[in-house]
Amino acid sequence: MSTSEADTDAKPVACCSNPWDGVKPGAPPRSTTLPTAVLLGLGLAAWTAAYAIIHPLADWLSFGALGLSRGSHLGEAVAFFLYDTPKVLLLLVLIVFVVGIIRSFFTAERTRAILAGRRESFGNVLAALLGVVTPFCSCSAVPLFIGFVEVGVPLGVTLSFLISAPMVNEIALVLLFGLFGWKVAALYLVTGLTIAIVAGFTLGRMKLERFVEAWVYESMKAEATFERERLGFTGRVRKGLEAVREIVGKVWPWVLAGIAVGAGIHGYVPEGLLASFMGKSAWWSVPAAVLIGVPMYSNAAGIIPIVEALLGKGAALGTVLAFMMAVIGLSLPEIIILRKVLRPQLIAAFVGVVATGILLVGWLFNALI
Amino acid sequence: MRIQVLGTGCAKCKQLTANAERAVAELGLAVAVEKVEDIREIVKFSVMSTPALVVDGKVRSAGKVLAPEDVKALLRA
Repeated sequence: MSTSEADTDAKPVACCSNPWDGVKPGAPPRSTTLPTAVLLGLGLAAWTAAYAIIHPLADWLSFGALGLSRGSHLGEAVAFFLYDTPKVLLLLVLIVFVVGIIRSFFTAERTRAILAGRRESFGNVLAALLGVVTPFCSCSAVPLFIGFVEVGVPLGVTLSFLISAPMVNEIALVLLFGLFGWKVAALYLVTGLTIAIVAGFTLGRMKLERFVEAWVYESMKAEATFERERLGFTGRVRKGLEAVREIVGKVWPWVLAGIAVGAGIHGYVPEGLLASFMGKSAWWSVPAAVLIGVPMYSNAAGIIPIVEALLGKGAALGTVLAFMMAVIGLSLPEIIILRKVLRPQLIAAFVGVVATGILLVGWLFNALI
Repeated sequence: MRIQVLGTGCAKCKQLTANAERAVAELGLAVAVEKVEDIREIVKFSVMSTPALVVDGKVRSAGKVLAPEDVKALLRA
């Protein structure tokens, strides 16, 4: 624990310690636990009921109320849209809420304390996993990088974290699950983690520390401290709700666009349209997808409509997965930000190794599935 | 009183600066909100996520866009 002034002890990290205006910072949150639990239970019950009702409701709306016929282009497209929109939005709300609560346990400082002193290999695995659950914004990549390196987290382990944090994205995971089923979602999760682990380990082996700007190592610290936030049950539920408001509020138009595109494909586009040049047999489609994907930058929700369109028209899964990972995992803005602490040689190695990993994943899936 | 916003110029940092300025105005304080955009200066505060709000040299919030009301609560405390 850092020995700061005594008056800060009651409010360790001021950002979140006091969500209740007018309540003393040190007051125990216990009194609100029961009402919160009841509300949470009611919320979950409402969610379950809503989830159960949307399929029959969508069918009734499209084939009953609107009078569209089953099997027609328009009927199938409308039914798909009316069913998938509430389904994906409900899933999104639930997952973002759960991830928001999980993330309230993992601040960047705490993750750093966990990783400090870890050796490579196991450290890479841990860093990749923590990259999924630690709140991360690519604009914080540099202070985070410095924060990790200055307490002695190995370079390769730090890079594993920086690869996994943007690439394995919970929104992408939910959308893949909702639109393509759990197998595609699981493939995305496992391969994303594997790339982060292997690429970070490889970069660590390459001994690239000399290509980190020298001033970064000037401010080395002896230990990684973190101050635990005392949020209580209500505080964590509140964090989950905040995450829902912030993230779902931001991505829902993308989700709607994605499902609309999907609905159009579902109803109208003949299958196999793209199969000839983005299918399994075209080996060069994977590197092409990565080359196109790296300079592109989009959030995870924005890329899903494209993924859906490509898959729906017959592109191979490996090609599409590679494209998606290249877009959200390697982004030009993040590379430009990282240039402040990494020399061009290290940036080149970073992009090269990660892109190679994505390439191998793409080929692997096209070969296997 | 000295109020600083740490951030390399992303949208969230600008939002926090605006919110802090509003809080300062609503409280009727005669202080300017300083922006710290140089990464080496930011790192000196041992901050790992931006934007961060610093009051009188102490980091009071990191990695979060505080609403004007939250900033006011911080400044009053």
